[in-house]
Amino acid sequence: MAVTPQELDQVVAAKVKELAEHRLEQMVREQVRAALDAEAKKSSRPKRVAIVSSKGTLDAAYPPLILATTAAALDMEVGVFFTFFGLHILKKKGLENLKFVPVANPAMPMPMPNLLGALPGMTGLATLMMKQTIKHKHIASIPELMELAKESGVKLWPCQMTMDMMDIKWNDLIDGLEEPVGAATFLEFASHADITLYV
Amino acid sequence: MAIGYTVDERLDCKGLNCPLPVIKTKKALEKMAVGQVLEMVATDPGSKSDMVAWSKSTGHELLETKEEPGLFMFYVRKTR
Repeated sequence: MAVTPQELDQVVAAKVKELAEHRLEQMVREQVRAALDAEAKKSSRPKRVAIVSSKGTLDAAYPPLILATTAAALDMEVGVFFTFFGLHILKKKGLENLKFVPVANPAMPMPMPNLLGALPGMTGLATLMMKQTIKHKHIASIPELMELAKESGVKLWPCQMTMDMMDIKWNDLIDGLEEPVGAATFLEFASHADITLYV
Repeated sequence: MAIGYTVDERLDCKGLNCPLPVIKTKKALEKMAVGQVLEMVATDPGSKSDMVAWSKSTGHELLETKEEPGLFMFYVRKTR
């Protein structure tokens, strides 16, 4: 018995439907597997911490360095971008000579009127007292923390723009730093960071 | 609480404040083999919660914490 065109149509339609569904199921399975693999890869990489250090006083140098070294001890990937006055911390002449300014800081251990804090010699005195407190309480010094940061693989970026603006040369800076970079480089790093901090 | 472990290395962090205890713990573990146990002694009260956080973050096992007046002892096993 010959097959009618309608019967043929039906058979073809059924076969096409079967093949299409099978292929669709295959494609969906592949897509889901790929998405799950990407998620797994994302969660197995270490957490990334991006820090901006923008101030160069003794007390403002602590937060970025303590956070950076601790994050590294927690097996996180860390990068610190030193810009504006933060760059002062990276200078050979800056690292060991950071100052603590007693003006406009009502939270100081020994609060004093701004007028008094602004007198000549007060910054030197306040810096000395702060350094003594740090030593007395067995807190790590800034040079020590910087060494620890370098040893732990923390990336330390000097800001190229700040170097140009303040006429700071590469030779003025300490060893162990990354090449000077711009904001775009740091932002790209920070765009994949789990923690981004501005100090 | 794990029982029956032996201490392979000891680390003295007495007198050191945050963040040095966790930093030195990590450094000490780097020199040890997987499975070995480190005893870390600290005087910093902040190290109690810091070591829990450190162990969570790094995956190394904090076997036990002992406390004596002014002293905190941590027993850590290197897991990887």
